[in-house]
Amino acid sequence: MAKISEERAARWGYTGFSALVSSKVQLSILALLGITALCAYVVGLHGTFTGYRHVYGVTRQIPWGLLISGYIFCVVTSTGLCLVSSIGHVFGYEPYMPIAKRAVFMSIVFMLAGFTIIFFDLENPFRMAIFNVISPNFRSNMWWMGTLYGLYLLALCFEYFFLLEQNHALSRFTGFFGLLFGVAAHSNLGAVFGMLHGREFWYGPYMPIYFIVSAMMSGGAAIIFFTCFAWMINPEILDSRKERAIKAVSQLTIMLISIILFFTLWKIISGIVAPEKFVAIKAFIVGPYAPFFWIGEIGMGLVIPLILLVRSKGLNVQLMFIATGMMLIGIFFMRYDLVLAGQIVPVFHALHVEEYSALLNYVPSFHEIAVVTGGLALAGSLFILGEKILNGHQFQKHEIVPPGAFICPGCGGIHYKKEGETSEQALQRHHRMIKTKIEE
Amino acid sequence: MNFNKIDIDNLQEESLEKVSVRERRTFMKMGLMITGVFAGGQILSVVSKVNEVFASPSEFVEKYPYKPHYSMVVRQGLCIDCELCVRACKKTNEVPDYGYRTRILTKKVSDAVGRKKEFIPILCNHCNEPPCCRACPTKATYKDTNNGIVMMDTSKCIGCKMCVLACPYEARYFNEERHAIDKCNFCYDTRLSKGKTLTACSNVCPTGARIFGDISDPENVVYKMVHQIEKQVWVLRPESGSKPNVFYMKATRSSPWDLRRQADAR
Repeated sequence: MAKISEERAARWGYTGFSALVSSKVQLSILALLGITALCAYVVGLHGTFTGYRHVYGVTRQIPWGLLISGYIFCVVTSTGLCLVSSIGHVFGYEPYMPIAKRAVFMSIVFMLAGFTIIFFDLENPFRMAIFNVISPNFRSNMWWMGTLYGLYLLALCFEYFFLLEQNHALSRFTGFFGLLFGVAAHSNLGAVFGMLHGREFWYGPYMPIYFIVSAMMSGGAAIIFFTCFAWMINPEILDSRKERAIKAVSQLTIMLISIILFFTLWKIISGIVAPEKFVAIKAFIVGPYAPFFWIGEIGMGLVIPLILLVRSKGLNVQLMFIATGMMLIGIFFMRYDLVLAGQIVPVFHALHVEEYSALLNYVPSFHEIAVVTGGLALAGSLFILGEKILNGHQFQKHEIVPPGAFICPGCGGIHYKKEGETSEQALQRHHRMIKTKIEE
Repeated sequence: MNFNKIDIDNLQEESLEKVSVRERRTFMKMGLMITGVFAGGQILSVVSKVNEVFASPSEFVEKYPYKPHYSMVVRQGLCIDCELCVRACKKTNEVPDYGYRTRILTKKVSDAVGRKKEFIPILCNHCNEPPCCRACPTKATYKDTNNGIVMMDTSKCIGCKMCVLACPYEARYFNEERHAIDKCNFCYDTRLSKGKTLTACSNVCPTGARIFGDISDPENVVYKMVHQIEKQVWVLRPESGSKPNVFYMKATRSSPWDLRRQADAR
């Protein structure tokens, strides 16, 4: 690894790998996650050499399974982290600013995890690198999705570099492009499904819209989860300003969960009146996939976290941690349901032939589970690694505080001082404490 | 309600031989109209399809985008599920055991009068608007500009399986030996490009259930079978909007084109 100068290390909050040894528990968790990821990739490579047909559960009728769900989960979370954090450090809404560094870091991490998973799904991943460039199909959503995600990752890396450098003007500029590519790439991922006119369940503009909104929901959940997790690892980095940021994010997440609940509800209701869609919807409401839908997607992904987040009032760290942790698991089920629902009804179902009278079945194989576990373990280990060696992603200097303003020690917000005012007086004015004093 | 007593002894014979051609034609036209009205979404009678796709019948032939425009007519009632076509396809195109380019589906109607089973051969429909070609990120699958066959360039296939998902007819599978998606190409590389006129499946079909030809040529049997109004012609899954080139029709042994086998076979 390249040597980082002392001055730069101080600016980045880089504490070196020696910081890892500080806690044996954390180090062993990191080692465990790292070993899990490595083992999983060995299993994945075994699949590559024996042929995926022999080791994966996907079939001709259901060509996309757990790996695509895992990939979607990762890139959705990545896009969401980028979208939610950009409210602060791109659009300048102050309460969201303190979350930016960790969010962008995790956004890159999840993108990498997603790419490792998709690597094991593609039969010829190396051909992709060549023919994506020399033989592009501009009509293909898949091509746009892949290319835009590449650009998105590039923009994110620049954005994160400038965040580390504390060059907030450039990080805002690159962050804007990251956001642009992220939204474009992600809506294209939705369109990969939404523009399949041979698949009724997915076809329509619903998918891209749903993908963007649910990405924001996942992003909100991930930010809360990883920030609360970071506070558990190192409680010292908790300050009133970050608390305030998390409260703001939790409010946004509550709203987004409600929106996704309505999206899901209307997808079901509209599906009930369409005969072919209803077959798939029925399989998820009362059929074999009902536990995934009701317990996983609706229970763990939406309803229980909604209640817990409302109850936590954005202050109870442990409750929020449990709620969002549960939510991330639920969101995984959500992606799995989404990928499967479009495929379990055979394309010739309406032909009423014997071969396709029943719903198709898919069970993930050991290799598929291993590869997805590997991707998620990679994300987990990189999270702990980043948390430790980058000193909890803290801003070293608050350069985002505009001149003439200060960070309130009471509420954590940024207050502006009037001419000739001290910080103390400004604080009292902002919090209506002056009046109270006069009344006293 | 009162019914007249049936005079069994003096009943007129109503077998098919006694029905005049005119009567038969009127009946079929009536049937066409009825299906056109009620089953519009599921079944496209050729009359409505012609009006939908082409401006007027005279412009017909010129409007076919390819020359030759390879096409197949599957005469559903004639298929006996002998699977000779599937075997011929496997042998000609080196299709492995775990995959297939063509397949025969069985439709069973247990409460039907008379025949209760029917067989439906399926294959790649070589659509005019192929969803697979739009989905492929690297143009590994493409529509041939000369003959309209949906082809594979195996060296470009990245194996994302997007086309497998996009295909409304389940015509694609991943072939391990070729390291690419494999599909029916009307035997272009194995037969048509070597001067043969038929695909392997239509060549071996003993009942003439699979009729292969050039739909842009008015003299061709496929053209004649599709461009008529006496028999209903339909396509599978018209709602996907992919404009397939494999047509289906019902046929019995008394069909106007009583081809037991395609004439220029072998």
